[in-house]
Amino acid sequence: MHLTRHRLSIADLLAEVQSPERGGTCVFLGTVRNDADVSAIDYSAYESMADEEIERILAEAHERWPDARVVLAHRLGVIPAGEASIAIAAAAPHRDAAFAACRHVIEEVKQRLPIWKKEFRGDGSEKWVEVHDHR
Amino acid sequence: MSKVSVRFFARYAELAGCSSSAVNLETPATVADVISRVREVFPGTQAMPPRPLAALNQRHVKLDAIVNEGDEVALLPPFSGG
Repeated sequence: MHLTRHRLSIADLLAEVQSPERGGTCVFLGTVRNDADVSAIDYSAYESMADEEIERILAEAHERWPDARVVLAHRLGVIPAGEASIAIAAAAPHRDAAFAACRHVIEEVKQRLPIWKKEFRGDGSEKWVEVHDHR
Repeated sequence: MSKVSVRFFARYAELAGCSSSAVNLETPATVADVISRVREVFPGTQAMPPRPLAALNQRHVKLDAIVNEGDEVALLPPFSGG
Protein backbone atom coordinates (compact mmCIF):
# COMPACT_ATOMS: atom_id res chain seq x y z
CA MET A 1 0.00 0.00 0.00
CA HIS A 2 1.58 3.26 -1.16
CA LEU A 3 -1.20 5.57 0.01
CA THR A 4 -1.45 6.84 3.56
CA ARG A 5 -3.39 9.35 5.60
CA HIS A 6 -0.48 9.91 7.96
CA ARG A 7 2.60 12.11 7.82
CA LEU A 8 5.20 10.71 5.44
CA SER A 9 8.33 9.24 6.97
CA ILE A 10 11.44 9.73 4.87
CA ALA A 11 13.38 7.54 7.29
CA ASP A 12 11.05 4.62 6.56
CA LEU A 13 11.47 5.06 2.81
CA LEU A 14 15.25 5.31 3.10
CA ALA A 15 15.33 2.14 5.16
CA GLU A 16 13.54 0.35 2.33
CA VAL A 17 15.93 1.38 -0.45
CA GLN A 18 19.36 1.73 1.09
CA SER A 19 21.93 -1.04 1.15
CA PRO A 20 25.74 -1.22 1.15
CA GLU A 21 25.88 -1.88 -2.61
CA ARG A 22 23.81 1.21 -3.43
CA GLY A 23 26.11 4.20 -3.12
CA GLY A 24 23.73 6.90 -4.37
CA THR A 25 20.37 7.78 -2.90
CA CYS A 26 18.04 10.47 -4.16
CA VAL A 27 14.91 11.68 -2.35
CA PHE A 28 12.17 13.78 -3.89
CA LEU A 29 9.63 15.46 -1.62
CA GLY A 30 6.60 17.32 -2.87
CA THR A 31 5.14 19.69 -0.29
CA VAL A 32 1.96 21.76 -0.20
CA ARG A 33 2.75 25.30 -1.35
CA ASN A 34 1.09 28.37 0.20
CA ASP A 35 0.39 29.96 -3.22
CA ALA A 36 -2.49 32.41 -3.37
CA ASP A 37 -3.33 32.12 0.31
CA VAL A 38 -3.66 28.31 0.19
CA SER A 39 -3.77 27.05 3.78
CA ALA A 40 -4.21 23.34 3.02
CA ILE A 41 -4.99 20.91 0.22
CA ASP A 42 -7.39 17.98 0.41
CA TYR A 43 -6.00 15.11 -1.68
CA SER A 44 -8.44 12.48 -2.86
CA ALA A 45 -7.82 9.45 -5.06
CA TYR A 46 -9.31 6.55 -6.90
CA GLU A 47 -7.41 4.62 -4.29
CA SER A 48 -7.40 1.07 -5.60
CA MET A 49 -6.41 2.20 -9.08
CA ALA A 50 -3.80 4.68 -7.81
CA ASP A 51 -2.18 1.94 -5.75
CA GLU A 52 -2.04 -0.41 -8.74
CA GLU A 53 -0.77 2.35 -11.01
CA ILE A 54 2.04 3.10 -8.54
CA GLU A 55 2.97 -0.59 -8.62
CA ARG A 56 3.08 -0.45 -12.41
CA ILE A 57 5.21 2.73 -12.41
CA LEU A 58 7.69 1.21 -9.93
CA ALA A 59 7.83 -2.05 -11.91
CA GLU A 60 8.62 -0.09 -15.09
CA ALA A 61 11.37 1.82 -13.25
CA HIS A 62 12.78 -1.48 -12.05
CA GLU A 63 12.90 -2.80 -15.62
CA ARG A 64 14.70 0.30 -16.80
CA TRP A 65 17.11 0.60 -13.84
CA PRO A 66 17.42 -3.01 -12.58
CA ASP A 67 20.08 -2.16 -9.99
CA ALA A 68 18.07 0.68 -8.50
CA ARG A 69 15.44 0.36 -5.80
CA VAL A 70 12.67 2.94 -5.76
CA VAL A 71 9.82 3.43 -3.29
CA LEU A 72 7.00 5.95 -3.17
CA ALA A 73 4.44 7.10 -0.64
CA HIS A 74 1.57 9.51 -1.38
CA ARG A 75 -0.38 11.09 1.45
CA LEU A 76 -4.15 11.66 1.11
CA GLY A 77 -6.62 13.77 3.07
CA VAL A 78 -6.18 17.34 4.26
CA ILE A 79 -2.50 18.35 4.27
CA PRO A 80 -1.47 21.76 5.66
CA ALA A 81 0.85 24.02 3.65
CA GLY A 82 4.48 23.10 4.22
CA GLU A 83 3.87 19.39 4.78
CA ALA A 84 4.75 16.70 2.24
CA SER A 85 2.15 15.10 0.00
CA ILE A 86 4.54 12.78 -1.83
CA ALA A 87 7.92 11.24 -1.12
CA ILE A 88 10.03 9.17 -3.50
CA ALA A 89 13.34 7.54 -2.57
CA ALA A 90 15.60 5.97 -5.18
CA ALA A 91 18.90 4.24 -4.40
CA ALA A 92 21.31 2.81 -6.95
CA PRO A 93 24.96 1.79 -7.11
CA HIS A 94 25.78 5.22 -8.62
CA ARG A 95 24.10 8.63 -8.55
CA ASP A 96 23.13 8.86 -12.24
CA ALA A 97 20.64 6.00 -11.97
CA ALA A 98 19.34 7.22 -8.61
CA PHE A 99 18.56 10.72 -9.95
CA ALA A 100 17.17 9.38 -13.25
CA ALA A 101 14.89 6.81 -11.63
CA CYS A 102 13.59 9.32 -9.08
CA ARG A 103 12.90 11.93 -11.77
CA HIS A 104 11.22 9.37 -14.01
CA VAL A 105 8.90 8.19 -11.25
CA ILE A 106 7.70 11.67 -10.23
CA GLU A 107 6.98 12.57 -13.88
CA GLU A 108 4.97 9.36 -14.37
CA VAL A 109 3.10 10.05 -11.13
CA LYS A 110 2.05 13.48 -12.41
CA GLN A 111 0.81 12.00 -15.69
CA ARG A 112 -0.84 8.81 -14.52
CA LEU A 113 -2.03 8.76 -10.91
CA PRO A 114 -5.76 9.29 -10.41
CA ILE A 115 -5.34 11.77 -7.57
CA TRP A 116 -6.97 15.18 -7.21
CA LYS A 117 -6.42 18.29 -5.12
CA LYS A 118 -8.92 20.64 -3.62
CA GLU A 119 -7.37 23.82 -2.25
CA PHE A 120 -8.55 25.54 0.90
CA ARG A 121 -7.85 29.27 1.07
CA GLY A 122 -7.43 31.48 4.09
CA ASP A 123 -10.74 33.25 3.26
CA GLY A 124 -12.66 29.98 3.67
CA SER A 125 -13.10 29.31 -0.06
CA GLU A 126 -12.39 25.95 -1.73
CA LYS A 127 -11.33 25.16 -5.28
CA TRP A 128 -10.56 22.05 -7.33
CA VAL A 129 -7.10 22.44 -8.80
CA GLU A 130 -7.00 22.49 -12.59
CA VAL A 131 -3.94 21.13 -14.31
CA HIS A 132 -0.90 23.37 -14.39
CA ASP A 133 2.26 21.35 -14.35
CA HIS A 134 5.07 23.77 -13.57
CA ARG A 135 7.66 21.00 -13.15
CA MET B 1 -29.49 -4.48 -21.92
CA SER B 2 -26.42 -4.93 -19.74
CA LYS B 3 -25.40 -3.19 -16.58
CA VAL B 4 -22.08 -1.31 -16.42
CA SER B 5 -20.76 0.21 -13.20
CA VAL B 6 -19.71 3.84 -13.34
CA ARG B 7 -17.60 5.79 -10.90
CA PHE B 8 -17.08 9.51 -10.62
CA PHE B 9 -14.25 11.26 -8.84
CA ALA B 10 -13.43 14.73 -7.50
CA ARG B 11 -15.25 17.46 -9.48
CA TYR B 12 -17.05 14.91 -11.66
CA ALA B 13 -18.61 13.34 -8.55
CA GLU B 14 -19.98 16.78 -7.68
CA LEU B 15 -21.37 17.16 -11.22
CA ALA B 16 -22.95 13.69 -11.16
CA GLY B 17 -24.26 14.08 -7.62
CA CYS B 18 -22.85 10.67 -6.65
CA SER B 19 -19.56 8.81 -6.67
CA SER B 20 -20.74 5.45 -7.97
CA SER B 21 -23.72 4.13 -9.86
CA ALA B 22 -24.55 1.99 -12.89
CA VAL B 23 -26.02 2.52 -16.35
CA ASN B 24 -27.84 0.12 -18.63
CA LEU B 25 -26.92 -0.14 -22.29
CA GLU B 26 -26.38 -2.69 -25.05
CA THR B 27 -22.99 -4.39 -24.84
CA PRO B 28 -20.43 -4.78 -26.18
CA ALA B 29 -20.20 -1.01 -26.23
CA THR B 30 -17.34 1.48 -26.12
CA VAL B 31 -16.28 3.71 -23.25
CA ALA B 32 -17.56 6.62 -25.37
CA ASP B 33 -21.00 4.92 -25.53
CA VAL B 34 -21.00 4.59 -21.74
CA ILE B 35 -20.11 8.27 -21.38
CA SER B 36 -22.99 9.24 -23.72
CA ARG B 37 -25.37 7.20 -21.57
CA VAL B 38 -23.92 8.79 -18.42
CA ARG B 39 -24.61 12.27 -19.81
CA GLU B 40 -28.28 11.30 -20.28
CA VAL B 41 -28.72 9.72 -16.87
CA PHE B 42 -26.68 12.29 -14.90
CA PRO B 43 -27.39 15.64 -16.63
CA GLY B 44 -24.85 17.43 -14.45
CA THR B 45 -22.09 15.46 -16.20
CA GLN B 46 -22.84 17.29 -19.45
CA ALA B 47 -20.43 19.87 -18.02
CA MET B 48 -17.59 17.32 -18.32
CA PRO B 49 -15.30 17.91 -21.31
CA PRO B 50 -16.27 16.18 -24.58
CA ARG B 51 -13.52 13.57 -24.17
CA PRO B 52 -12.85 13.03 -20.47
CA LEU B 53 -10.11 10.74 -19.17
CA ALA B 54 -11.45 7.30 -18.42
CA ALA B 55 -10.37 4.05 -16.80
CA LEU B 56 -11.83 0.63 -17.55
CA ASN B 57 -11.50 -1.87 -14.70
CA GLN B 58 -8.84 0.34 -13.08
CA ARG B 59 -6.65 0.81 -16.15
CA HIS B 60 -6.24 3.88 -18.34
CA VAL B 61 -8.02 3.38 -21.66
CA LYS B 62 -8.92 5.31 -24.78
CA LEU B 63 -12.57 6.08 -25.43
CA ASP B 64 -12.86 3.38 -28.11
CA ALA B 65 -12.04 0.59 -25.61
CA ILE B 66 -14.66 -2.17 -25.50
CA VAL B 67 -16.94 -2.44 -22.46
CA ASN B 68 -18.82 -5.59 -21.52
CA GLU B 69 -21.50 -6.41 -18.94
CA GLY B 70 -20.22 -6.03 -15.39
CA ASP B 71 -17.25 -3.84 -16.32
CA GLU B 72 -16.43 -0.70 -14.35
CA VAL B 73 -15.90 2.60 -16.14
CA ALA B 74 -14.39 5.43 -14.09
CA LEU B 75 -14.49 9.05 -15.25
CA LEU B 76 -11.44 10.97 -14.13
CA PRO B 77 -10.88 14.74 -14.02
CA PRO B 78 -7.40 15.91 -15.06
CA PHE B 79 -4.95 14.60 -12.46
CA SER B 80 -3.28 16.86 -9.94
CA GLY B 81 -1.48 14.40 -7.66
CA GLY B 82 2.08 14.53 -6.46
